[in-house]
Amino acid sequence: MAGIPHDHYEPETGAEKWLHSRLPIVGLLYDTIMIPTPKNLNWWWIWGIVLAFCLVMQIVTGIVLAMHYTPHVSMAFASVEHIMRDVNAGHMLRYVHANGGSLFFLAVYIHIFRGLYYGSYKAPREITWIIGMIIYLCMMGTAFMGYVLPWGQMSFWGATVITGLFGAIPGIGPDIQAWLLGGPAVDNATLNRFFSLHYLLPFVIAALVAVHIWAFHTTGNSNPTGVEVRRTSKADAEKDTLPFWPYFVIKDLFALALILLVFFAVVGFMPNYLGHPDNYSQANPLVTPVHIVPEWYFLPFYAILRAFTSDVWVVMFANWITFGIVDAKFFGVIAMFGAIIAMALAPWLDTSSTRSGRYRPMFKWWFLLLVIDFVVLTWVGAMPTEGIYPYISLIGATYWFGYFFVILPLLGVIEKPLTPVATIEEDFNAHYGAKSHPAE
Amino acid sequence: MMRKLLISAVSALALGTGAALAAGAEGHMEGVDFSFEGPFGTYDQAQLRRGLQVVQEVCTACHGLKFVPLRSLADAGGPQIPGDDVRAYAADLSIIDAETGEERPRKETDMFPAVSGEGMGPDLSLMAKARAGYHGPYGTGLSQLFNGMGGPEYIVSILNSYTGEEKEEAGSIFYENTAFPGGWIAMPPPLSDELVEFADGHPNDQHHLSVDAAAFLMWAAEPKMMARKQSGFVAVLLLTLLTSLLYLTNKRIWAPHKGKKTTV
Repeated sequence: MAGIPHDHYEPETGAEKWLHSRLPIVGLLYDTIMIPTPKNLNWWWIWGIVLAFCLVMQIVTGIVLAMHYTPHVSMAFASVEHIMRDVNAGHMLRYVHANGGSLFFLAVYIHIFRGLYYGSYKAPREITWIIGMIIYLCMMGTAFMGYVLPWGQMSFWGATVITGLFGAIPGIGPDIQAWLLGGPAVDNATLNRFFSLHYLLPFVIAALVAVHIWAFHTTGNSNPTGVEVRRTSKADAEKDTLPFWPYFVIKDLFALALILLVFFAVVGFMPNYLGHPDNYSQANPLVTPVHIVPEWYFLPFYAILRAFTSDVWVVMFANWITFGIVDAKFFGVIAMFGAIIAMALAPWLDTSSTRSGRYRPMFKWWFLLLVIDFVVLTWVGAMPTEGIYPYISLIGATYWFGYFFVILPLLGVIEKPLTPVATIEEDFNAHYGAKSHPAE
Repeated sequence: MMRKLLISAVSALALGTGAALAAGAEGHMEGVDFSFEGPFGTYDQAQLRRGLQVVQEVCTACHGLKFVPLRSLADAGGPQIPGDDVRAYAADLSIIDAETGEERPRKETDMFPAVSGEGMGPDLSLMAKARAGYHGPYGTGLSQLFNGMGGPEYIVSILNSYTGEEKEEAGSIFYENTAFPGGWIAMPPPLSDELVEFADGHPNDQHHLSVDAAAFLMWAAEPKMMARKQSGFVAVLLLTLLTSLLYLTNKRIWAPHKGKKTTV
């Protein structure tokens, strides 16, 4: 597909021409920053910039933290306290980095749900979606390993529980677990490799982000109507779009500044709110915390992991049909990863020809329920596995899979979507009135 | 099918609130208005100094503070004890020198002593952050938004919630304590009225002593709190300014395209 027609960089001076004929880097930057962007993008489209900013913020603070951190089981916890007490502004660096992880995940969840509502995952943007899902998986790996580094109680026991998931794989599981840990249990080898990978993965994410951006710069941004930008001519395209700079850069920066305002209020006034007190106790392999709870951003999938206990009929059936190979624990692991795979498959599970949820009267409600489901799963993931909570987890997990594997495919058949607006220009003008003559 | 799912999901929400009522097995917490709570809260220097005295005379018999450097007692935003006094204080505490292997007086660059061994308690350096007095409602942690994490409140509650009951289990004595998860704690009641005498004659009943000790331990766990809050304020102020400017810029550049007249 040809890109949206727009002006390209033309080298003018001799020096520009000299560089351009050897390395067209200025042209690349120009085309990236001046990309025609649908002018009806709403505020749900600002989270991409927030995410890019988070990645840079985490890498910069993380590199400085790594200068003062010691990845050794007998020194890691003390080195974090050294950062908190002795390193200049070390307490701010660490709190920004720790809470930055939370902002990163908050942003990625809103970004993902925006994509799910407006059908951003649909053709021709499947690659953008898939790369995004891989980025999300890398983020989870990075965050999980980063949480182990302070070597607190929750670090240690979280690592023990999560790597134990791999141990649940029938046959080869224990070997894989030992390979991941570098030994029979979470120990110095584990801490060292987690530190190494926690440093590596953000750069992998950065590379994937470049591909993610490349992909949607090829297809063009999606937008709230789901209607494509007219590409018939440059003049037509210009009716639907405005260049990314300055219109969207300034808009996104405004939103980013507002979000950072809240973020720094959290860092400054309640930096431990999202953390777990147990992680201020040094790791002790002999004392298991009463509740082992992951960070909030893992809770929805942790809830799904724990939802499928051995008394659930699907689990019993899976156990019976595989002659006992798939037990409840392994089933939970499959469910947890399956929940993310289900999301990644959305482009092919959604059969509706209408892209945006705005024009899908039934879809809207199922989507709202999915958002509620996600919030409920986040909450129930932190609850103990007793009383009513396992049932809530099970219902929540069932809806999650039901949404992707049953509701999305069926809605395309039974739902009668509304007719979307004809053009992006029409949608924009409906909001802001017909375009008057600019002052200049 | 879908209808069923909808009904179950809605009922899950409704049931959840009722079920969570049963989940509160935590100890009873006593609310304390500490000077350092809230965005504007600061440590009370006199209280930190009293707290240091309580911790030194009572707690350090069985608890260490191994992550707290003695020199930080002189730092701004803490007890801010004069340097000479810190050195004299440090010299009273001995340490086995890591290089010579011989005992010597501590210097201000050393840490508070670590305490370990049979019958000794956990290190208190981070205790005020390692415990949370508040969890609810229903495990959402929303009360922490208003009350803070409740670490110092937890310490105060533990120190004042002994019922006087004892029991022996596997050769150890346990003391009933309504604030401690599980209800029975290995630590004997450490404080009593007038156990510590303050030079300035400040009230020294058990409750006052516990509050001062908890305040000191909060500082020990978070010595940079005042600097952090200041950074927070500066960041919020600058970002408010930046947000306002970007709001106006954004409004201005979009105006011609949104059919609005520009003013300049």
